[in-house]
Amino acid sequence: MKIVSIRDETPTIKSFTFRDRIAAKASPGQFVMIWIPSVDEVPMSLSTIDSKKGAVSITVEKVGKATSRLHRMKVGDVVGMRGPFGRGYILTKARNVMIVGGGTGLASLASLTEEIAKQKGRKVTFLLGAKTYSELLFLKRIKTVLSTMNHRMVVTTEDGSYGIKRLVTEPTEQLLAKEKFDMIYACGPEQMMHKMFLLTEHFKVPFQASLERLMRCAIGLCGTCVIGKFRVCRDGPVFSREQLREVRNEFGHFKRGFDGRKTAL
Amino acid sequence: MTNRLAIEIARLKLRNPTMLAAGILGLSGASLREVIENGAGAVVTKSVGLKPRQGYPNPTVVQVSCGLLNAMGLPNVGVQDFVEEIREVKQFRANVPIIVSVYGFSAEEFAKVARVAQKAGADALELNVSCPHVKKTGSEIGQNPSLVAEVVEKVKAVVKKPVILKLTPNVADVAEVAKAGVKAGADAVTAINTVKAMKIDVETAQPILANKIGGLSGPAIKPVAVRCVYEIYEAVNVPVIGCGGATTWQDAVEFMLAGASAVQIGTAIASVGLGVFKSVTKGVDSYLRRKGFGSVKDIVGLSHRR
Repeated sequence: MKIVSIRDETPTIKSFTFRDRIAAKASPGQFVMIWIPSVDEVPMSLSTIDSKKGAVSITVEKVGKATSRLHRMKVGDVVGMRGPFGRGYILTKARNVMIVGGGTGLASLASLTEEIAKQKGRKVTFLLGAKTYSELLFLKRIKTVLSTMNHRMVVTTEDGSYGIKRLVTEPTEQLLAKEKFDMIYACGPEQMMHKMFLLTEHFKVPFQASLERLMRCAIGLCGTCVIGKFRVCRDGPVFSREQLREVRNEFGHFKRGFDGRKTAL
Repeated sequence: MTNRLAIEIARLKLRNPTMLAAGILGLSGASLREVIENGAGAVVTKSVGLKPRQGYPNPTVVQVSCGLLNAMGLPNVGVQDFVEEIREVKQFRANVPIIVSVYGFSAEEFAKVARVAQKAGADALELNVSCPHVKKTGSEIGQNPSLVAEVVEKVKAVVKKPVILKLTPNVADVAEVAKAGVKAGADAVTAINTVKAMKIDVETAQPILANKIGGLSGPAIKPVAVRCVYEIYEAVNVPVIGCGGATTWQDAVEFMLAGASAVQIGTAIASVGLGVFKSVTKGVDSYLRRKGFGSVKDIVGLSHRR
């Protein structure tokens, strides 16, 4: 599959666009497996899904060997793509929606927000967090889609270089204490999502979070990505509050390596 | 469902003749429990060795028409850490056998791992002398009848639980290997492991699997597996367990008619889902009722009747 365009999002994050009619039928929160020949194959959330044009994008932070190689690739270079896989976010009739995103978690949340914006009568409260201003992903894109609907936006950075100097979960807690939300979506670092889970348990609000685990087969066979009884690649990556409750001894606490050994989060 | 589905294999009592195949899920206690919840008659764990192994880098799986190609490279936590996962399953459901798949780089290693697994509560051991993509173990042992016999003897010398031998189809005469293993003391034989295979990407002119060569599973290999079960059934006097592409109840019945006392299911979990154990079991039960068989045992090897 040829890379048709590349976009610099932040100093460490790039987006890559492909034409793939099958992947373009995905729903927000689903993922694909990207094969970088001679290097690796890695799971990636779809950050744009354009079913009309038959195009999809992935948004990739440079963190390891595979993602560094991908960052050096140019338009016209070829990678492999399998998918889409997994279960994405479930869109409900919820009117008052909260979306909480941290870091590259914005990849799946941006297309989710665009999907929600297509429906009438929704109010979206978007909380966007990053370490610093330059790493705030999709700030403009989120602002653009929110401007088409009833919305509120809160931006946080850990160093205070933009928005308020807080972890994104802190303003979230204040909002939950005074307002009734019908659905909360979250994607970002697991500690952040775990905190969100605990908050939604406390305030009894429906919740969906997109989890990340090491993956191999992506079709529910190899067991690499298991969390408790669930396979993240097949039963997830998006899980409900009820599902997360069933794996609360594991969610937010540890994940497994390629050899299956547990490491604390 | 009735007890006409119950079957005993090498002292193991199965509520129905479906089993989870080795290598599929089976790396954590919780996922094995989930497979049991979904109706499997027995579960086989992922293969464990003496030490932890990362396995190969991705891609470790390629989806091909009618099957799946994999070269995982035997990733596992090592038998010491696996003990807690085995215990978790045993505490959950003591009446569904948990069979620990064991590999080693020598007969001594096989024996050491088997002993630890038995102590942790394994109901049986399945010896993986058939993995086609890791050097100095698996099918490199399983292609040589005298090495197979040595592994079985060393394991049998240290464990009391039943020992099942899982064979590779990548040999000229699978029955000969089965005979050598049974003569050395194997209590049952599983046939088959994956068929050595590969896939090359035409755009990049590169083999896709990081290990280049892997093993093919799924419907593509079922006729090969059925033939192996048929040949082994004629050659040995211990139970045979069918494995290779079983997806529907018809597949399971076919394996049993060829001589299998139970059927392992793996790749079908990707195409059908975990519901496959129940759908196969239900279908086999209806078949037995429709054909007037009182027990699933009655159809084992029925195609050999002349």
